Amino acid sequence: MPPTTIKGFMIRWGAIITGVAVGILAPVLVKLGNPGNMGICVVCFTRDTAGALGLHQASVVQYIRPEIIGLVIGALIAALAFREFKPRTGSSPFVRFFLGIFAAFGGLVFLGCPWRAYLRLGGGDGNAIFGIIGLVVGIVMGIGFLKSGFSLGRNRPAPKAMGWVMPVVMFTLLALLLVGPQFGRDADGNLIGPIFFSASGPGSQHARIFIALGVGLLVGFLAQRSRFCTVGAIRDSIMLRDNYLLKGVIALIVAAIITNLALGQFNPGFENQPVAHTNELWNIMGMVLAGLAFTLAGGCPGRQFFLTGEGDGDAAVFVTGMLVGTALAHNFGMASSGSGPGLYGPAITIIGIVVCIIIGLTMRDRKLGGVL
Amino acid sequence: MTEVKSIDARGLSCPQPAMLARQAMQKTGKGKLEILVDTETAHQNITRLAEHAGWRVTAEAQPDGITKLVLTK
Repeated sequence: MPPTTIKGFMIRWGAIITGVAVGILAPVLVKLGNPGNMGICVVCFTRDTAGALGLHQASVVQYIRPEIIGLVIGALIAALAFREFKPRTGSSPFVRFFLGIFAAFGGLVFLGCPWRAYLRLGGGDGNAIFGIIGLVVGIVMGIGFLKSGFSLGRNRPAPKAMGWVMPVVMFTLLALLLVGPQFGRDADGNLIGPIFFSASGPGSQHARIFIALGVGLLVGFLAQRSRFCTVGAIRDSIMLRDNYLLKGVIALIVAAIITNLALGQFNPGFENQPVAHTNELWNIMGMVLAGLAFTLAGGCPGRQFFLTGEGDGDAAVFVTGMLVGTALAHNFGMASSGSGPGLYGPAITIIGIVVCIIIGLTMRDRKLGGVL
Repeated sequence: MTEVKSIDARGLSCPQPAMLARQAMQKTGKGKLEILVDTETAHQNITRLAEHAGWRVTAEAQPDGITKLVLTK
């Protein structure tokens, strides 16, 4: 097939192809060792990576997730191959940093990002329904701000070197994952850190490095070509009556259900779901916050990682915000566990929603896109 | 001569380029619109929306990786 035909094919079918790929490969990663319904969870994997770097000390969720590395490098390869590697930055980066932090807080109150919400649903976890309800509410709030003139402003082209910063960070993470340096010392003089890998809990559950990396690369490549976005799916359907991305998310859920059934991993119900709690209110509210923050930032956590592969420095700042946010969520007792929300989870969720509303109301550009 | 409305959607995050294009199409009804975009994502999103709404879309490559989308109806 000539390149132009492939491009046309991806423009029409790309989101569905990416959704099917994620819906099949994520449950397979669970079968191969990843935590339950966590074949790919962008926020959880960012949190695990933050833990591995010692940014938080929750010993059960520390591991450098190769999937995350693959998402960026896969998108980078696609962007370079199709001449879409265009380094750019300057669209309110520090605001995006805080949106990343709050998106991470919201995700860890629910225990997953939009990707995992759909994958949890595809594994039979009924609690995901409440998360998805919250996600839709948060996105609708974001649409309200967008319609009333919200904008983080324009980015500008940047030197090529800037676009390589995040890919280089990812290659460094891969090296740290493979080497796992241990030259720090604890109080008793035992070797510990600076890279931490969980000995038990979700952080200790993972598929083999190069399988996980390969899945990440493939998903990153496909998603860069198809513009796959798990938040844009709902946003565009409601706001623009454009269902292109939504079809991809539906394909993801259907493929995940079928794959989980085939692998004997489909467990319908609400109780005893893997890495999940049953508090309906905070499952909803956590994802209201996440959905709002992702919408204001222009895309879901996966999309933010893919954009870094295209050289988007603002997306890189958002991703860094998520890394910091996931660490803070654990350090400050805001992340949920299987038994329910963390001590300060509800409070930070409300604070986060208020902060995002203030951002939505104050970051405005009435002359946006005005006549040239 | 009909007025050609031009929109600068360069450097904007999703979904703002598509949103601006949609607003302009709805406001204009029919005629000619010119939209500058600098990402393939905005290019594809606007093209899909416009064609769905019955507009004809042509793309003109400009310097520095910019594309001018011309929408007519």
